[in-house]
Amino acid sequence: MSELSRYREHIGRTAPPLVLEVERGHVRRFVEAIGDTNPIYVDEPAARAAGFERIPAPPTFATALRPPDPRQGLDIDFRKVLHAEQEFVFARPIFVGDRLTVQAKIVVADVKAGRSGVMDRLVVETGACDEKGAPVYVARSTVMVRR
Amino acid sequence: MSGYDKLTVGQHLSLEKSPITTEQLVRYAGASGDFNRIHYDEPFAKAGGFPSVIAHGMLTLGFFGELLGQFVERGAEIKRLHSRFRAVTFPGDVIRCDAEVVAVDQVAQTVELSLRACKSDGTVTVEGGATLCRK
Repeated sequence: MSELSRYREHIGRTAPPLVLEVERGHVRRFVEAIGDTNPIYVDEPAARAAGFERIPAPPTFATALRPPDPRQGLDIDFRKVLHAEQEFVFARPIFVGDRLTVQAKIVVADVKAGRSGVMDRLVVETGACDEKGAPVYVARSTVMVRR
Repeated sequence: MSGYDKLTVGQHLSLEKSPITTEQLVRYAGASGDFNRIHYDEPFAKAGGFPSVIAHGMLTLGFFGELLGQFVERGAEIKRLHSRFRAVTFPGDVIRCDAEVVAVDQVAQTVELSLRACKSDGTVTVEGGATLCRK
C-alpha cells in the first residue's frame, strides 16, 4: 500500500457512551420526515395489532440515536464526506420507552482508490444495549472523505 | 401480499416516493441529528462540488424501512439491513424502491431480500439487502 490513511492513528478510538431514551415524539418526527405513514410507529393499538407490546421504531431510527462521535476533533472537511455504506444488525427491534446505552468507535481507517481519486475510508461502529445489558443493535457506517 | 409464511423467491414489493424536497431534508436532518450542512446549505454544497444540496443517503434507506414495514406488519422482524450508496440524490428526484425475495430458509424461517433504489431516469442510488426472521 503506497498511501496510508490520514486517520490511521485513530483506529480503535472510542467515544464515551451515552444513555438515550427512545421518545415517542422523536420516532413520530422521524417517520414524518421519511413520509412513512405506517401507524405501528405512532399508534399503540396499531402496534399491538401487528404483534408488538410497545410502539416499535423503524429500523433506520437507530441512526437518530447519536452518541458522542469518535471522529470529533479529527480534521475532516464535511463538504468532501460521502456516506458510502451502512449496515444495521438487530438482536431485537427498538421500542419507544427503551433506555439504550449507545457507544461509537472507529473500527476502520484506510485508503481506497475511487473513480475520483484516492479517498480516506472511515468505518464507525455503534453498539446499543438495553438496561439489562442485552445487545439491541450494531450499526456500521462507512464514509469516504475525498481528498 | 399475504403473510410472512407465504413469501416465496421472486416475489417483490415496490414503493415510489413523492419528489424529494429541501424541506424534507431539513426535517430529516432535525429528526436524525445529521446536521451536515451539505444537506441544506446550498453554497456549502456547491463548495463541495455539487450542483445543489444533496439528500441524506439514510433518507433513502429510511424509504426501505417504510417498504419493509409491510413485512413487519405481517409478522416479520428485521435482523439485518445493509446498503451501498451508489449515486447522490437531489431535491426534485423521484425515488423508487424495489425489494425482491431472493432466498427463503424454511428451517431457520428467514427470508433474504435484495434492495435497489432508482431515480426516474434509471440511475441506481442504493443497492443493498435485508434479512427477515419470524417475530
